[in-house]
Amino acid sequence: MTAEEPFELSRRVRETPPSGIRRFFELAEEAEDVISLGVGEPDFSAPWAARDAAIHSLERGRTSYTANRGMRELREEIARHVAESYDLEYDPEDEIIVTTGVSEAVDVALRAIVDPGDTVAVPDPTYVSYAPGVEFAGGEVLPVPTGQDDFRLTREALAEAGAADADVLLYCYPNNPTGAIMPREELTGVASFCLEEDLVVLADEIYADLTYGQEHVSIATLPGMRERTVVFNGFSKAYAMTGLRLGYALGPPDVIGGLNRVHQYTMLSSPTTAQYAAIEALQSCGDEVADMVADYDRRRRFVLSRFDDLGMDCFEAQGAFYVFPEVPGGDAEAFAEDLLTEAGVAAVPGDVFGEGGEGHLRVSYATGLDQLKEATDRIEAFLES
Amino acid sequence: MDDRELIDLLVTDARRSTEDIARMLDADEAAVEDALERLETEGVIGGYQAVVDWGQVDEERVLALVELNVTLDRETSYADISDRLARFPEVKTLQLVSGDYDFHMQVAGDSMREVSRFVSDKVAPVPEITQTVTHYVMDTYKDRGVEFGDGDDDDRLSVSP
Repeated sequence: MTAEEPFELSRRVRETPPSGIRRFFELAEEAEDVISLGVGEPDFSAPWAARDAAIHSLERGRTSYTANRGMRELREEIARHVAESYDLEYDPEDEIIVTTGVSEAVDVALRAIVDPGDTVAVPDPTYVSYAPGVEFAGGEVLPVPTGQDDFRLTREALAEAGAADADVLLYCYPNNPTGAIMPREELTGVASFCLEEDLVVLADEIYADLTYGQEHVSIATLPGMRERTVVFNGFSKAYAMTGLRLGYALGPPDVIGGLNRVHQYTMLSSPTTAQYAAIEALQSCGDEVADMVADYDRRRRFVLSRFDDLGMDCFEAQGAFYVFPEVPGGDAEAFAEDLLTEAGVAAVPGDVFGEGGEGHLRVSYATGLDQLKEATDRIEAFLES
Repeated sequence: MDDRELIDLLVTDARRSTEDIARMLDADEAAVEDALERLETEGVIGGYQAVVDWGQVDEERVLALVELNVTLDRETSYADISDRLARFPEVKTLQLVSGDYDFHMQVAGDSMREVSRFVSDKVAPVPEITQTVTHYVMDTYKDRGVEFGDGDDDDRLSVSP
């Protein structure tokens, strides 16, 4: 350590590469007249009733910490909501914890259950935070390629990747970046694999409300799985509340207690203003969510239909707000860069989400139809040039 | 594609081309054309209109909300009265409502004088109408679900995970 460089970053951090999204973000920011299909959050604002409740809570001076696990009233609303929507029964007393986004929930869960040397199986491609989260917790990532099954996770893929020796399965379905969902049939196979091979499951279901044509099934509802699953969900996607940073985890009392141990020392409690907004969101914003879902579905079908015209192979994604077309030539990074600089359309190359995403482009339809129309027209002209 | 999906889409935005509607509903264009024609013929869809913020149009336009009380007799129903009123082009909306009065009527004209004369000369004299209360609209902030104003900003990062 020299006087000029008093800090030396930890090995953990040095060995974690910055997110590939970052480089692409910088490229997109430099370019002019860009239509972005690269955004991983809703284009809607949070429902007004939720915003109004947040404002009202501030007016009343509700700016203190809350209980570590989140406000009791919010946990009760969450319990009611997940029972009605996904058939999940959790006790607000000791089976629910409110976190600062699902991001925090995943982080504290990994730190609560992963020991050095433990292996965490993660579908590939997947959301960018999981592998670093596992490594920060001292674990090792085992990627499970899903490309051969239209990005659904199957028990065969788990077996082939060697997940029988893993300790934890961490996934996100409906999936970012592919838009794939887990139908009951595949999910049942995954559940029996986890039971037979003694894996516990961290199920990030943040996009659960955003499915089209098929209802979301939570793995925790399958026989024998409740005891070995932590379910994550939150308010960012369905309620368009990304910036309010609020999520939650559901699970058996012991493991939620473990999450809370890490949470109470690192976060103390989640943002109070956001908790008031979330209570209101659960109580009165169901119609707004339904309208947003209907709108996403129309855009989804529009985009799929356009990629079909353009001859870009794209499986029928039924969840989240992404489609995942194949790029001509197979080099997604080069394609995305050319598309950005030559056609003014930003979309994230699939490689950013893991090797399994190679050759694909993540296209977000969390943007208005006019932009989607213009963007797909530009892609068409780009392909013809 | 079912009718309700098509109607929901049109209520949100009626100005899309048939081609785009077909893509959004995963249907073929001919099916969309047929459904539109049928819904229009059946009267389910009565028309398509722009939602205009008249405050921004450089032209005098007066809108009034008129409460009407009526008395019925054996020969006269609400429908008979509404038939007489709805035919006036000045009447933009006419609804039977619950509460302190019977009909809720929206009247538009070029000036307050014109609207007042319409109410006093054409509406008040209808024998069954016992009372009219006219409210002139001073400003409009939201019409048919469309907010007038700047709306929310899109301040999202251009690329995010």
